[in-house]
Amino acid sequence: MSKLQILTKGLLKENPTFVLVLGMCPTLATTTSAMNGLEMGLATMFVLILSNIVISLIAPVVPDKVHIPVYIVVIASFVTLLQLLMQAYVPDVYETLGLFIPLIVVNCIVLGRAEAFASKNSVVDSALDGIGIGIGFTLSLTVIGIVREILGSGSLFGWKFIAGDGILAFVMAPGAFIVLGYLMVLFNKLAGKQ
Amino acid sequence: MEYLLIILSAIFVNNIVLAQFLGVCPFLGVSSKLSTATGMSGAVCFVITLATVVTYLINKFFLVPLGLVYLQTIAFILVIAALVQIVEIVLKKISPSLYRALGIFLPLITTNCAVLGVAINVVSKEFSFAGGAAHFLNLGEATVYALATSLGYGLAMVLFAGLRERLALNEVPASFKGLPIALITVGIMAMAFMGFSGIV
Repeated sequence: MSKLQILTKGLLKENPTFVLVLGMCPTLATTTSAMNGLEMGLATMFVLILSNIVISLIAPVVPDKVHIPVYIVVIASFVTLLQLLMQAYVPDVYETLGLFIPLIVVNCIVLGRAEAFASKNSVVDSALDGIGIGIGFTLSLTVIGIVREILGSGSLFGWKFIAGDGILAFVMAPGAFIVLGYLMVLFNKLAGKQ
Repeated sequence: MEYLLIILSAIFVNNIVLAQFLGVCPFLGVSSKLSTATGMSGAVCFVITLATVVTYLINKFFLVPLGLVYLQTIAFILVIAALVQIVEIVLKKISPSLYRALGIFLPLITTNCAVLGVAINVVSKEFSFAGGAAHFLNLGEATVYALATSLGYGLAMVLFAGLRERLALNEVPASFKGLPIALITVGIMAMAFMGFSGIV
């Protein structure tokens, strides 16, 4: 696989949200607005790239029996690092995303890439994979956020173009599931899978 | 009364899947058959309650006195992973039949974000019920909260599995097949659960 392919496969072919359907919890919970989705995507991407790099470096020396716990500790360390950085520099973003920042530890995308890609490939390829999948995840979350924000609050990235409230249900729980469902239908249609 | 409010709120009003979006991956993953859904809910129920109690105690008597709260995420995930292993070994010895029923679901639970989510929520969030003053939960309340939350998970899972078994028999447009229609169904379920929001 060429470097460019590794970098771009996260967009369509192996899109973590619409094709692999991983990491559903943050996808649904944090996409109440486009900005929140974007921030959550970037936070996950940060952990994904760093953990991919470190895991591809240590994978050859980690005994097979304990590799999952070791990977989880590596990921948890980067998540803690991210938590501390966010608390220091962007406390209000940290406040909005709340619980879902520590929960990046159990995001199946991160562990999934560690297991399926980083442990078997070179450092550079793993970093590119982290960037590619991270961008795919960030874009999907932003798109869901954009749809929910337009329908739910009548605004886009905080810029309000409809006076008054939107359809409140789209900002709340049901909207998350329904918007993701319909976007998946659209993705299936466009990707020509059917 | 307080406990009753915690239970109602955790099961119906703030349902862990339908309102808090925790544990959605296994919720979608193993809900296509009613029998696996019940198995998974049983295992989750067991692990969430146990993990919440253990992490609560570790946080209170170890992390907080030593000023190590910033290690919470790492400590909790390790405790949960170890706990799942121990539960697996103990169940295998004590109750082979229960082990056979829950067996395959147990290893999956380590990466179920509902477990870590509830554990972190209980120690870091202030709760208030029925307009009462917001406060951190004590051990008894935390245990009841964890148990009720996991029952809510089970309820949502079993209901959804029932719906999905019916969905599988219906004709669905090609692009909606599989997950999309399932997600839309969950959305409608979540809307129904929103109706509980006035109770507590």
